[in-house]
Amino acid sequence: MKKKWSILCMTLLCVLMAAPAALAADGEAAKIDTGDTAWVLISAALVFIMTPGLGFFYGGMVRSKNVLTTIMQSFFIVAMISVEWVILGYAMTFGADINGFIGSLDKIGLAGVGMNVLENGTIPELAFVAFQCMFAVITPALITGAFAERMKFAAFAVFILLWAIFIYNPMAHWVWGGGFLAQLGALDFAGGLVIHILSGVSGLTICLLLGKRHGYGRLPMLPHHLPMTVLGAALLWFGWFGFNAGSALGANALAANAFVASQAAAAAATVAWVVVEWLHNGKPTILGAASGCIAGLVAITPAAGFVAPMPSVLIGLIGGVVCYFAVAVVKAKLGYDDALDAFGVHGIGGTWGAIATGLWATKEVNPAGADGLFYGGNLLTAQLISIVVAYALAIVGSYVLFKIVSAFMKVRADENEEVAGLDIVEHGERGYAQAIMTGSPLLSADAPDMAMQSSVLHESALK
Amino acid sequence: MNTITKIDIITRPNKLEDLKEALNGIGVQGMTVSQVYGCGLQKGHTEVYRGKEYSINLTPKVKVETVVCEVPVEKVLETAEKVLKTGHVGDGKIFVYQIDNAVRIRTGVSGAEAIMDEK
Repeated sequence: MKKKWSILCMTLLCVLMAAPAALAADGEAAKIDTGDTAWVLISAALVFIMTPGLGFFYGGMVRSKNVLTTIMQSFFIVAMISVEWVILGYAMTFGADINGFIGSLDKIGLAGVGMNVLENGTIPELAFVAFQCMFAVITPALITGAFAERMKFAAFAVFILLWAIFIYNPMAHWVWGGGFLAQLGALDFAGGLVIHILSGVSGLTICLLLGKRHGYGRLPMLPHHLPMTVLGAALLWFGWFGFNAGSALGANALAANAFVASQAAAAAATVAWVVVEWLHNGKPTILGAASGCIAGLVAITPAAGFVAPMPSVLIGLIGGVVCYFAVAVVKAKLGYDDALDAFGVHGIGGTWGAIATGLWATKEVNPAGADGLFYGGNLLTAQLISIVVAYALAIVGSYVLFKIVSAFMKVRADENEEVAGLDIVEHGERGYAQAIMTGSPLLSADAPDMAMQSSVLHESALK
Repeated sequence: MNTITKIDIITRPNKLEDLKEALNGIGVQGMTVSQVYGCGLQKGHTEVYRGKEYSINLTPKVKVETVVCEVPVEKVLETAEKVLKTGHVGDGKIFVYQIDNAVRIRTGVSGAEAIMDEK
């Protein structure tokens, strides 16, 4: 078990950069470093705000009748997956390794974690639990962009819970928990494979199984509130500093490198997306700017702690261009309805980032990493193998789970429900009450008390 | 009995305040205003979201509905035209209808009196 744990920590890198690594080598008991602990706890909070931020990012892009269900999916995942993580997820991911495949359940319910110091680390294990919890939370939330505006809430909740348990936890173990991909030498600093490829490809699988939204390609499906989307993107960008720089698991030079790499890539991708769209479509758009920064952050995620700042700029520039063409050209050509481009941004951006890590990673930045192709190493092979594994797991796993869920419950909203909007149908509330004035047929036919309620409110307002 | 006439004016939203002022100036006090979308000679525009193009050929307009009896219809038309004309497509349309009857709900008075200012 000790041996597996040290493998884990090699992939996680924190330790080896920090001074206490030397202490561990001397066989002395690891001590908690207050600076490292403070940074990881703050980073956990930063990553937390990304998921509600993602709700706003996605919520602004749907039609006004689906804004609540879209935000609710992200918000509810924060709650549901946090519970799953504490009870089961942490044990499955970071418990003692079983044949490189899964963690043993010896840490179920965080048993034995207590006030321990993270093995070979400088922070309390509970700080690591909290930090990793937020990663487990945001990953399934990213998928929701692919099936937005048409999935029943109950089926969504069951599917996401199963997905977290049977797809996320094993994959996170393979890469970060000392599983076979870690042993292979694949590098994934903050989650390009585990988070972005897995969620993006799963999203694509689900959106193909679920089918297109009613009227897709014929009816206008415009983002109903782009300022909300930009606010969400800003929260994501902000939180991403915790996501990438926090993955150093210490307040150290590696964290600073990841911070600068993240900013450089996000900025470069924003510029790239805006310029490419400007040239290709004639206008620089704010939706393009918001999408570009996310594409850049996705692309740099696996590489942030292994590459220098200048390659980060290139990774961002290329990431912005590649993701733009994935959503603007490839999606239109192939005709699938990945409503909010979970695959186009996270799947494609994550794939590019994992490849780019294999090109530009260098031991000069991170001695615990490896040298990529441009530094004379052969990391790229391990990266490509792990990309294939992530795609395979996401496609097969999501397919099987979707079929299981759809066998015993209604997964997709029917046409009438889609026309009415899932806010009213699934949650019985609406995002914007002024819509009550527009004489929706739903009011008189299906919800007379709501019409009454509005007139009561109106009268009391007059008094 | 005076004839009652309804006049619908559909025009550019930015002209609404000028039109209201001008109509008030010739004694037309009551009107109903709606935000509407329409198309005619004026072409729309295209919007592009993540590379997906939408042609928006319905442009936003305001519709001012007013019913007159004492004020001559010709005067209303003349005034509206003067205020609204820019000479470019998109200035809008005016429609004139005969009205059979009108009722002031508060008092139950019907006919021309229902729409005239109470003295």
